[in-house]
Order: sequence, then structure tokens, then C-alpha cells
Amino acid sequence: MSNSIISIKDLSFGYGDRLLHKGIDMEFPRGKVSAIMGGSGSGKTTILRLIGGQLKPTSGQVEVEGTIVHKQNRDGIYRLRRKMGMLFQHGALFSDLSVFENVAFPMREHTNLPENIIKDLVLLKLNAVGLRGAAYLMPPELSGGMARRVALARAIALDPDIIMYDEPFAGLDPISMAVICDLIRSLNDALGATSIIVTHDVAETFSFADYIYFVAEGVVAAEGSPKQLMASKLPFVKQFIHAEKDGPVPFHYNAPSMKEDFAL
Amino acid sequence: MDKIKLDAWVGIFVAIGVISLLGLAMKVGNLTSNDIRETYMVTANFENIGGLKPRAPVKGAGVVVGRVNSIVFDTKAYHAIVSIDIDKRYVFPKDTFANIYTAGLLGEQYIGLEAGGEEKNLEQGDRITQTQDAVVLEKLISQFLYSKASEEE
Amino acid sequence: MKTLLKFFEKIGCSFSSRTLRLGAATRLFFLILIYSADSFKRIHLTIREIYFTGVMSLVIIIVSAFFVGMVLGLQGYYTLQKYGSSEAIGVLVALSLVRELGPVVTALLFAGRAGTAITAEIGLMKATEQLSAMEMMAVSPIARIIAPRFWAGVITMPILASIFSMVGVLGGYVVAVPIIGVDEGAFWSQMQANVDFRFDIVNGLIKSVVFGIACTIIALFEGFDAPPTAEGVSRATTRTVVTSSLVILALDFVLTSFMISG
Repeated sequence: MSNSIISIKDLSFGYGDRLLHKGIDMEFPRGKVSAIMGGSGSGKTTILRLIGGQLKPTSGQVEVEGTIVHKQNRDGIYRLRRKMGMLFQHGALFSDLSVFENVAFPMREHTNLPENIIKDLVLLKLNAVGLRGAAYLMPPELSGGMARRVALARAIALDPDIIMYDEPFAGLDPISMAVICDLIRSLNDALGATSIIVTHDVAETFSFADYIYFVAEGVVAAEGSPKQLMASKLPFVKQFIHAEKDGPVPFHYNAPSMKEDFAL
Repeated sequence: MDKIKLDAWVGIFVAIGVISLLGLAMKVGNLTSNDIRETYMVTANFENIGGLKPRAPVKGAGVVVGRVNSIVFDTKAYHAIVSIDIDKRYVFPKDTFANIYTAGLLGEQYIGLEAGGEEKNLEQGDRITQTQDAVVLEKLISQFLYSKASEEE
Repeated sequence: MKTLLKFFEKIGCSFSSRTLRLGAATRLFFLILIYSADSFKRIHLTIREIYFTGVMSLVIIIVSAFFVGMVLGLQGYYTLQKYGSSEAIGVLVALSLVRELGPVVTALLFAGRAGTAITAEIGLMKATEQLSAMEMMAVSPIARIIAPRFWAGVITMPILASIFSMVGVLGGYVVAVPIIGVDEGAFWSQMQANVDFRFDIVNGLIKSVVFGIACTIIALFEGFDAPPTAEGVSRATTRTVVTSSLVILALDFVLTSFMISG
């Protein structure tokens, strides 16, 4: 599809003999918010790292705007990354810089803008996430939700085409969650960007995502719009969406029979 | 941290370091004006240099006027050729004596220059012809024993 | 029999893992050299690190130096006066400090204070994904974070070592002259006659630069390589101190033998 900004074709990735992903195909259309969901340890965050070029696939390829990521040299990868913004799980703010300095960081490194313009831009970005008043605080002084919003402001500092979110809702209170939800959608539309969210939060994601991929056992188990997936009959999808205790993902970890363990 | 405060502290730090180094060089070490002055080099041959080492002082009337530059062994004439750098401020006549003395009883050895009477002075590359070797303790003892033995006879 | 085999397995395993780490550390060293341009073009990055490694270590260096100098004065006098050579106390204090104690003790203190701070800081940055975030923003963490700290360490070490030697000599002076009563003139003049700038002081400086390179690389590598957990980082800081200390002492022997013979 030519309106896909990112294309993942037959991707396999693993460490040593163990394959984490076994032949994954995904398309991320421009301007849409897509989500990658799955259980813990299913390799969702690894997909983001493969898109960003931090890891090389064992086989298959990841294409960003038509360029194959792992075939690029260092400069090529850095050029691609300048079009991306990434929000890490706990913010990953630079602890020795203030909130202002953190958001200004990508601007100072990649542009030659004069200080007064940088100041205006930083305050604008902070305003977009509602933290303009916190501009001169230091990261240790922020709450988890605030830190994540600052990290979001930093991720969109250079108006990227692709914004990636690694578990943006993890560990947030309901208010912060609602705020982040709203920001992801509104920023995506305001910037005309493409957003990819890695999460296992069903309720929030289903409320604003355009397309969802379910990853289990190293393959795409299911995909579709939230509406399609709610109606899905696939047992795995049903267990996940309706938060059922037992199903294709078993409750009991592999154990010898009760007879053996309890010496019955 | 304020940029200005940072720069100030680092500046102070480097300054303290440089002062310490200079202090070490001047007060503790021997980097005095002597070493920086211009010198001229002359040589002297010795049958036995004893414990003379490069960088040993060269003194005239007890005052340091130069340093031993290098000591090499002449394989043809089987003696030691000692090159010394003398401060340009001090001139010595061509018939100067160069003797190897010991500082104190068991101290390190140095070259003492005793001026002769010639009108012409030593210049770069000249050779001091009058030399006296270091006193070697073993020879001294054997001399003493020999003279003692001959006395008893 | 099995325990014996397991014992050899452990030795072989630790040997090969150490060799691998040595290779990785060497690779980091060369990467640092390649990406060092920024450390000097944007000198402020390096200056900031010089503050945190050097200026913050001043107190411990000066206090330790003073005490070491005083102990040298005391011990030295006690031994020398048995041979009637108590006037050589100045020489003893100065040479011990300038040639050996200055560079070595400074390096050990540096590894303990600044080295562990560097390891912990970098390990923590790795654990909180700050290094990853920087990479994703197309900024090389080696150029921006690691290299400036390396150059700061290399610049700071000889400065600290000179300060240590100087303060140590003053400490020795304070014990020898006002307190014990050694003649002041003899103290300084014997020292000046026997401490050679080129041989002793410059060699001491060379040693401290070499120690600086070694300690800083070890601290940076351990932090960079640490597992991104609290336990991993704390073990890494311990390894920094232990490895740095052993390497300093071993290098000291190697350098000293070079300097004495050649």
C-alpha cells in the first residue's frame, strides 16, 4: 500500500536460537493511530526498536517511507530517526536537565535556531501537553504522569512524521490516563503524523485507535479496527479483550501433574 | 548548575593545579634558571669515572656551573668520554683541570673544575686535557694495605 | 571428580568472559576516540564533567594529601634519625610523593570517588532508558555523554596528582620543620638538589595521565555495560573500584620499571 508510511514484511527476529517474532507483516497507514497489543513478553516493544533501527531483523525487512531500515548506515539511520519521536515507558527524561532543557534538547542538537525561537517553541510544546508552568522544574520533581507528558512534548519537539509510544498508560492514575489518551489522538491529528502505540491497555486503546494488531506466539494473531475486533470470535482475542482469567493463554504455568507434586 | 559558576570553579581548579605544578617544579625540583640558560658543551676524558652519572653537577669553586650531559666509552682508546654542558655565563681557560669529586663521604659524584692560567678560553666542542679520575675505594684500600705491608718490612 | 571439573569450568568461564569484556572495553575506547570531536568543539560539555570529577574531588585529595605528607614526615624522620640522616627528610617526602604516592594514591582516590560516580550515573542512565532515548533522537550517546567524561578524567587526573604531591610536601614540611625541628634550609635545599624535574616530576605526571585514562575507561565501560537493574548498577560500581585499583597498581609497576631503566 503506498499510503503506508511504515511497512513490515515477513519480519523474523530472535536471540540465538530462540525466535521472538516468526514472520510478521504489518502496515501502518499515514495519519492513523495504530496499536500493537499482546501479552507481556510477546515482543511488542522489540518491534518499535526494529522500526527505529536499534535492532536488526534476523530475516525480513522494515521499511520506513520506502527506505529499508537495517540496510542503512549510521548516518542513514540517524536521518530516519529525525522523522521519528519516541515516548519511552517511564519518560526517560535526562535527569540532569530541567524540563525546559529536555524539550529543547532535540531542537538544540538538530537545528540552528536562535535561543529566543527555541524558547517559544519549547513553551508551545509544553503548552500542548499542559505543562507550560512546569518548564523550570527538574525531572525528579515531577510525578509519573507529568514526566510522561514532558517526554511526549520532547518526542514531538521537531514535529515528527512518526510518533511511537512504548506502554504510555502503564502505571498511571485514571486522570493521567485520560489526559494521555486525549493527547495521543489530538497531537496525531494536529501534526498530521502517524502514531504507533505498544500497549496492553484495552479500554483506553480501543477508544481512540484506528487499527489494532494483536501479537501472540511471535505472529500477528489478529488485526482489525476496534469494532471488528470486539466482534471477533477468535478465542485469544476474546480472552484478551474481555479480560478472561483462563483461555488460550493458560492460568497455570507449565507444572507437573498435581499427583506428582503433592505425592497423592 | 549555572554555566558561569561551573566555568568559574573549573577555572579555579585548573589554576590550583598549575600553581601546584609550578610549585613542585621550582621549590621541590631543580627547575631553576640554570637549566633554561644557554650552555656550551666541552668534553673530558677519564680513565675511571667512578660513580659519575649523567645530570650530575659540574662545579667551579663549589658553585654549580653546568651539568654532565652524557658519558660514553671510547672503544679505541678504552677511556670514558664525558660531555658536559657549561652555562654560557661562565668561561674557563683552556688549561682547566676537571676532577671527579665525591660530595660528602659516601655521596654522589660530581665534576669540579679548577681554572688554569691560559688566556684563551674553552669554547663549544673543546676538550679539557687535564683530568683526574674518581677515587675508587678499592684502589685506595689496596694502596693503603700495600704501603702498610711495605712499612712493616 | 565432578567438582574438580566444575572448578576448572568456572575458571575458564571467568577467563573467557573477562577477555570478552576487555575486548568490549577496548572497542569503547576506540569509539570514544572517534567521537571525541564534540568534546572539544562544545567544550562546555567537558568543562561540566571536569567540575564533577575534579572540583568535587578537591576536598578528599587535599585532606588525604596533607595527612599522607604528615605521616611520611613522621615515619621518615623516625627511620632516618637512626642513621643520623634526618636532614634528608625533605628528599624522602618529596620523592615518595612525586614519584609514587602522588600519582598512585590520587588515582585510587579518584577511582573510588569519581570513578564510582561515573559508573553509577551512566548505569542509571542506561537503566532508565535515557541512553536509548538519546539514540532515538539521533544523537550519539557516546559523543554526547561518554566522550566528554573520558576527556574530563584524563585532564583532571594530572591536575589532582600535582595538587596531591604539592600539598603532601607541605604536610611533610609542617611535621618536619615546625613540629620536629628539622632545619628549614636543609629540608628544602636537599630536596631541590635531589628531585629532578625531568626524571621525577614529569614521570609522575606521565603516570597520572596513564592512570587517568585507565580509571576513566574502566568506570565508563562498567557503567555502559551494566545490566539495567538496581543490582546490576551497584555491582558495576564495585567492579569499577576493584578493577581500577588492580590496574593502577599493575600499571604503576610497569611504568616504574620503564622509567627507571630507560
